[in-house]
Amino acid sequence: MALHRGRGFAAINYPIGMNLGGDPSQALVHSNPDGKFTVALSAIDLGQGMKSVTRQIAAETLGVPVEDVYVDTADSDTGPHDMGSFASRGTHRVGNAVMRAAEEARAVMLEAAAEELEVDAADLVTDGKGNIHVKGAPSRSITTMAAAQAAQFRQGRTIAGRGIFLIPLSEVDAETGEMTPVSTFAHAAMIVEVEVDDETGEVSVLDVKSAYEVGRALNPKLVEQQLRGGAWMGMSHAAWETTEPYYPARDHGPVDFNHYLMPGMGDLAPHHISVLERPAADGPFGGKGPGEMCANPVLPAVVNAVYEAVGVRIDDLPVTPEKVLRGLRAQGGAKPKKRL
Amino acid sequence: MAKKPVTFTLNGRESAAFAEEGQNLLDFLRRSVGDLSPKYGCGQGGCGGCTVLIDGEPHLSCLTLAEAAAGRKVETASGLATGPVLHRLQEAFMERFAAQCGFCTPGMLVSAKALLDRNPRPTREEVIEALSGNLCRCTGYEPIIEAVLDAAGERARA
Repeated sequence: MALHRGRGFAAINYPIGMNLGGDPSQALVHSNPDGKFTVALSAIDLGQGMKSVTRQIAAETLGVPVEDVYVDTADSDTGPHDMGSFASRGTHRVGNAVMRAAEEARAVMLEAAAEELEVDAADLVTDGKGNIHVKGAPSRSITTMAAAQAAQFRQGRTIAGRGIFLIPLSEVDAETGEMTPVSTFAHAAMIVEVEVDDETGEVSVLDVKSAYEVGRALNPKLVEQQLRGGAWMGMSHAAWETTEPYYPARDHGPVDFNHYLMPGMGDLAPHHISVLERPAADGPFGGKGPGEMCANPVLPAVVNAVYEAVGVRIDDLPVTPEKVLRGLRAQGGAKPKKRL
Repeated sequence: MAKKPVTFTLNGRESAAFAEEGQNLLDFLRRSVGDLSPKYGCGQGGCGGCTVLIDGEPHLSCLTLAEAAAGRKVETASGLATGPVLHRLQEAFMERFAAQCGFCTPGMLVSAKALLDRNPRPTREEVIEALSGNLCRCTGYEPIIEAVLDAAGERARA
């Protein structure tokens, strides 16, 4: 019996969004008489932080404090249309739609303020703290609340904006097969170190090092949190989770947490993350989407690490002790590969 | 089916409600008492989402009979904050971004409180052991471990 260490590497390109009939998101932004703003979306926050990020994007574009923006994702029956929260598309697609809606609402807000201040709207700027003033003359100022109330009660103006971001369906060129299915890619690279027990077939993950390129990290803490959690979900799929039975009868498949194996805290390996920012030309403030691709490099990196450790090439996930032992038996024991 | 009155202390307050025969504590707290902070995850004691404290000890409320709470002190995540003032564990969870979807969070907080109540300065390994019965899908656990260690540190300084 021996423990064998191995390192595995994987690198991925991850396309943001999808190409199945066009990929639109819509957003509506409007102000309330208190000068605060509501963003209406049908995209849903699953905990990844979409509400926080769209709130930041709206506040930054409108030029108001982030506290003055409320993002409402309550009801896809009454909200503007959205394809949904999947394919890592939230920040990029929904964020772009929010940005456009906020730009339109901002233009009306500045017109309302201009009418009150008796100046040209083109001369107005926002200070990000709830004030609008004449460029170079901060004393010629009006609060967003006063502008919103003037629009509502005196001018009869709706401070509102509509936004849509659409990546249209990319048709395939019949002659060449050429198409443009995506506009933006995120990237990742990862090194995983494992230890394989050649007696039990068990694989322990000792260390994970990664670099993720996510465009601009619009909320760095949320990005890190999503990468860390998503990578661990990838680890879970590499080593434990499956809905398939381990033996060839569906009845043996897992139906609950007693049989569907999910790692707990005790299985955790240290994960050292580097976030690389190369802003996307067509992203909101350069953002792409860290979503699904946090998990993607983990699986091939683990499989490659097992191969280096004992020479067994596993092509069927998860990497269970049984598969490792069968592989070891087939090749007559552990045959570590030389390190590169 | 016979219903039985169960009198107990919930988060420091005298409480009473009728329990159905064989009703588990999780269902009792959520439907009869109206405390929705313990979560129904698996109903089999596998996920820890329903964790509550009974006389300070963590219990899986989905596997505990409601009647077992009679005359005892039950604590749930909804009792952690004092009015608008959050418990230091809740503060630390926020600071460390230790929640994403949030479904496991009440169970994590309650398990962590039980740990800190009996061991105010736990090591990382002790935190992991105390929370090993609580599953989390989103965070990758690390931020939760850090948050509990932070909260323990705060107590040590205070």
